[in-house]
Amino acid sequence: MSYDRYRKFYNAAAFTVTALCAGLTLAVLFFVLGYVTVHGISSLSWNFFTRLPTPVGESGGGMANAIVGTIKLVFLAAVLGLPVGIMGGVYLAEYGAANRLGFFVRFAADVINGVPSIVMGIFAYTIVVLPMKHFSTLAGGVALAIMLIPIAVRSTEEFLKLVPRAVRESALALGLPQWKVITMVVIPTAFRGLLTGVLLNLSRVSGETAPLLFTAFGNRYWSSGWMNPISSLPVMIFTYAVSPYEDWHRQAWAAALVLMILVLVTNIGARLIMRRGVAVS
Amino acid sequence: MSATLTAPPPVPSAQPAAPRRKKPSYDWGDSVFKYVTLAFALSILAIALGIAYELFINSSLARHAFGWAFLGKQIWDPVAENFGALPFIYGTLVSSLLALIIAVPLGVGVAIFLAELAPRRVSDACSFLVELLAAIPSVVYGLIGIFVLVPFMRVHLQPLLIKLLGWTPLFKGPAYGVGMLTAGIVLAIMIVPFIATISREVLLSVPLPLKESAMALGATHWEVVRLAVLPYARSGIIGSIFLGLGRALGETMAVTMVIGNRPEIAASLLAPGYTMAAVLANEFTEATSDLYVHTLIEIGLVLFMITIVVNGVARLILLRMNADPAGR
Repeated sequence: MSYDRYRKFYNAAAFTVTALCAGLTLAVLFFVLGYVTVHGISSLSWNFFTRLPTPVGESGGGMANAIVGTIKLVFLAAVLGLPVGIMGGVYLAEYGAANRLGFFVRFAADVINGVPSIVMGIFAYTIVVLPMKHFSTLAGGVALAIMLIPIAVRSTEEFLKLVPRAVRESALALGLPQWKVITMVVIPTAFRGLLTGVLLNLSRVSGETAPLLFTAFGNRYWSSGWMNPISSLPVMIFTYAVSPYEDWHRQAWAAALVLMILVLVTNIGARLIMRRGVAVS
Repeated sequence: MSATLTAPPPVPSAQPAAPRRKKPSYDWGDSVFKYVTLAFALSILAIALGIAYELFINSSLARHAFGWAFLGKQIWDPVAENFGALPFIYGTLVSSLLALIIAVPLGVGVAIFLAELAPRRVSDACSFLVELLAAIPSVVYGLIGIFVLVPFMRVHLQPLLIKLLGWTPLFKGPAYGVGMLTAGIVLAIMIVPFIATISREVLLSVPLPLKESAMALGATHWEVVRLAVLPYARSGIIGSIFLGLGRALGETMAVTMVIGNRPEIAASLLAPGYTMAAVLANEFTEATSDLYVHTLIEIGLVLFMITIVVNGVARLILLRMNADPAGR
C-alpha cells in the first residue's frame, strides 16, 4: 500500500516539475516581451522614426535610416531569394518527391538551414564584397537571401504536398499539361500556406544581425541606391548596446521594441493566415 | 536572321505546321518548367558546395601559415600575426554544452507537459507562445543579456555560486557578470523552443495503443510516460537536441554581447571566454592584413564543418524517425 502511495506521489511530483518547466519558459517569454516594451516605450519618440542618428555626445536623433535600411534589405532578400526557394520547393514537391536527387536537395536545404548566420555573412562577403571591394546594400541582401532560401524551399514543399492528389488528377484528366496544373491549380490551392511560409521566413530574416555586420556594414546617413553601405535596425541595436553612452542605450531599447513588434506582428500574422502553426525548424 | 527578312513564310506553309504546333507545345512547356524548377533546386546544392569552396579558398593563407597546429594553439596575437583557434573552439563547445545541460531537461519537461498533461487547446496555445520565443531576434536577447542578466549574475547568482561551490575549480574567481555561464544561460533560453516544440510533436506521435497497454498493466500516468512513451520517442528527442545544439554552436549576437570576449581558456565557468562566432562578429571588419582575414575565415570554416556534422546527424536521426517511428 505504501508503495502505491509512493507511486502516486511520484506521479504528481514529476508532472508538477514538468508544469513548472512550462511555466518558467513562458515566464521568460513574458519577461522579455514586457521588459523590452517598458524600456522601449519610454525611449520612443516621434524623432526616432523621422530623424537621422546624431553625432556622439549630442542627444536626440533617431533611426529613420535604419528603419528604411531594414526594409530595403529585406525587400532585396525577398526579390533575390524567394524565386529560388519557391521554384526549388516546387521541384521537390512535384518532381523530386521520391527520387535520389530530391533527397539530396532536401537534405542540403535542411543542413544549410542550420549553418550559422555569421558563416552566411562570410560567404556573402567572399562572393560580393571581395570582388566589388566595398560593403553594399546588395551584399547584405545577398546574405539574407541565402539565409531564406532553404526555409522557403522546405515550407513551399510542405505546403504543396498538402494539396490532395485528387485535385492534381482531376486537372490532368481535363487535359491540362502538368506545368499548368502546377501553376494554375496546385499553387493557387496552396496559396495561403505559401504566404504563411513566406511571411514567417521574412520575419525571421528581418531580425538577423550577424550576416549584415560585414556585408551591409552600417551607415549613419541615408544610403542611396543599392551599392552603398546601409544601416539596419539589428546592427544599430548591437552597436548602440555595446557603446558606453547612456543615450545610445535608450535608443537601442527603442530600436529593439520597434524590431520586435515588426518581427512578431509578421510572425503572428502569418500564423493567423494559416491558423495552423509551422514547426520552428 | 537574313532568311526571315528576305523570305517571310508564305501563308500556305503555316497550314501543315498548325496541327503539329499544338502537340509539341505541350511537351515543350512541361519539360521547360520541369528543368527550370530543377535548375533552382540544383542551385541549393550549389550554395552548399559554394559555401564550403569559398571558405576553403579564402582561408588558404592561414592554412598554409599555421597548418593543423592552428586548431590546438592558444595564442591570439593580431600584432605579431600569430593565431591559434583553441580558445574559440573551447568557448563554443563549453558554452553550447552548458546551454544543453540547462535546456534539455527544461525543453523535454515542457514537451512532456504539453503532450501529456495539458488539454489540447492549452497545449496548442502554449506551444504557439514557446515558438514566439524562437522568433525573437537574437540581438534582442543580447540586449536583455547585457542590461538585465549580466548585472543579475554579477550581483546575485555568481557571488552565491562562489560562496557555495567556490571550492571547485569550476566556480572560482571574481564575479564579472559576463562569462561562460551567462552565455550558456542565454543560449539555453534560445534553444529551449527548438527542443520543446519538436519533442512535443514526437511525443504526440506515440501510438495510443502503446500507452493504453501500459495503463492496462496498472502503470501510473508518469510510469506510462517513463516506460512506454519516452523510450519510443527517444530518437526523435535526441534529434531535436542535436538541432538545438546546432543552433547554440552558431549563435552569434547574444553570445558576443555576454560572454566577455577574452581569448583565454579558464577552468572557471564564471570567467570570460570567447566563441568562434563571436570573434568573427567582433574582429572581421577590423582585420587589417590578408593573413588576419584568412585566419578569421578559417575559423568560419571550422565552425561551418562542426555545424554541418551536428545538423547532418540531427536530420538523419529525425529522417529515420519518420521512416520508422520506433527508431530501431
